[in-house]
Amino acid sequence: MTDTTPTPAPLPAPAPARAQSPLLRIARNFAEDRLAVLGLLLFLAVVVLAFAAPWIAPQNPYDLAQLDIMDGGLPPGEASFSGMTYWLGTDQQGRDMLSAILYGLRISLVVALVSLACAITIGVVAGMAAAWFGGRVDSLIMRVVDLQLSFPSILVALILLALFGRGVDKVIIALVIVQWAYYARTVRSSAIVERRKDYIEAARCLALSHRRIMFRHLLPNCVPPLIVVATVQIAQAIALEATLSFLGVGVPITEPSLGLLIANGYDYLLSGRYWVSVFPGIALLITIVAINLVGDRLRDIFNPRLQK
Amino acid sequence: MIVYLLRRVGQSILAVVTMAVLVFIGVYAIGNPVDILVSPEASQAEIRATIERLGLDKPLWEQFLTFAGNALRGDLGTSFVYGRPAVEIILQRLPATFELAFVALLISVLIGIPLGVYAGLKPDSLGGRSVMAGSILGFSLPNFWQGMILILIFAVWLGWLPAGGRGPTVELLGIPVSFLTPQGWAYLLLPALNLALFKMALVIRLARANTREVCLQDYIKFARAKGLSPRRIVFVHVMKNIMIPIVTVLGLELGSMIAFAIVTETVFAWPGMGKLLIDSINLLDRPVIVAYLMLTVVIIVTINLAVDILYSILDPRVRLSEVKG
Repeated sequence: MTDTTPTPAPLPAPAPARAQSPLLRIARNFAEDRLAVLGLLLFLAVVVLAFAAPWIAPQNPYDLAQLDIMDGGLPPGEASFSGMTYWLGTDQQGRDMLSAILYGLRISLVVALVSLACAITIGVVAGMAAAWFGGRVDSLIMRVVDLQLSFPSILVALILLALFGRGVDKVIIALVIVQWAYYARTVRSSAIVERRKDYIEAARCLALSHRRIMFRHLLPNCVPPLIVVATVQIAQAIALEATLSFLGVGVPITEPSLGLLIANGYDYLLSGRYWVSVFPGIALLITIVAINLVGDRLRDIFNPRLQK
Repeated sequence: MIVYLLRRVGQSILAVVTMAVLVFIGVYAIGNPVDILVSPEASQAEIRATIERLGLDKPLWEQFLTFAGNALRGDLGTSFVYGRPAVEIILQRLPATFELAFVALLISVLIGIPLGVYAGLKPDSLGGRSVMAGSILGFSLPNFWQGMILILIFAVWLGWLPAGGRGPTVELLGIPVSFLTPQGWAYLLLPALNLALFKMALVIRLARANTREVCLQDYIKFARAKGLSPRRIVFVHVMKNIMIPIVTVLGLELGSMIAFAIVTETVFAWPGMGKLLIDSINLLDRPVIVAYLMLTVVIIVTINLAVDILYSILDPRVRLSEVKG
């Protein structure tokens, strides 16, 4: 939207001729929306907290020696038997919920990020191949994509896990299978537009290899929509993993993600011990909201129809 | 039109067959079908009888034909737990799930469209921005947790509504339903709201985006120039044009609603087929899992087909481009 309006900030005096780098322009555009910046900061904070969990968590929630059963089921902030203050309360085994959340967040994020990386790789290769080679390759790949996208992702993932059994690796595989098609479709549609442009023609005239043109010339120009889809999908992946774990087909009890923590708290909910499932849920919510805020802004930036 | 129709029906049949093959491979080729299809407590004689009945000693393609033939006749195995045909058990649970999904769909449309149109007309106002913020929240709230919070607030803290179950039902044409009695609604409201919230967020965003685009069109400017009242422009000119994409997406989302009902039914102990699926997974009642899968595939493919055909009637450009391409 701001493309044609001159930027209010004066350009630095030397080298005014040099065009603003696209990355910088996107960053400026992004920063205009304070909510999106807040989302980005929140997400970074969540990532740092999750990966620093072993150093900053008050206790290791899965080291049984550190748990005190006498502290079980304490409400948030209540004086405890062992003298430690549990700001978010404890579960039945006397596990500090804050620590459990930090550790759980780590598993949730790792599962989401690893599946994201694999799904993008597969999706990009398939989508590029479909767009570049066209014809039979294209229709075969897109048939598979269409078929898969016509079924709700939760159903596909649930069935896969029902057949394979639970486990972190299996959840990741299921998430990859569910998600790759979104990337394939996105990359294909933008690659089909890009491949008709002159720079691709030029690259072909240089007799560069297919692979080089596809991944060095074509791919970088298909990145913006891919980023938008990736932000949406990573939020989806986190939510989907949590849901699968809640339903009891996701991660095993030995590696509890946020979803599993919430599921454990479900049994205590009706007796009023809300904190066991409410706080992990809030952590999950903050993470997903943060990602969605960023994704929303990116979508607006990259949407050509809103750029007047 | 007929070319398009035939093509689309052919694609749907292909989709069902592909899924049937995948399910078949999952059950028969990867795992040991005897483990999957015979109850763990079965005796040697029973195991032998099942192997013979399903033809597990025959080559794989012949087995597939048997599987497909049985499936076509509605025989997808017998539940270990209930000792009755799996399809029958699922069909019994089907009305509960459908009732839930339809009520949820209705809630999401009736609340989502007005909010979305409002946010689209006034994108920069405080109200419009709060609606959008709310829709981000609706998108981000994990379904199952949101359901638990509803239970916590309305059932545990306030005590206004029951925490789960379906309560008493009345028969309508021989099908038990909840929506005819106030008591039924008390049980139906929370699960329906839970299932609706995510779709409501989707409807809000769709309505907003489409309203914003439609408002830039010349016919809206012309309508304004004619001096039509804003009310008439919104309700006639804008609404008509945003409805096609919304109806299409909602039609397609009906399938995902049936799938997401798995989560809602588990949280609220709603006795639909989604809860049955989770119970069956936990009890390793695999014939029911297979039957659920095949039935859901058929339902979703049918819904998609119906939506596509409706869409092609509403918007002729779709079928023309398909036939050409």
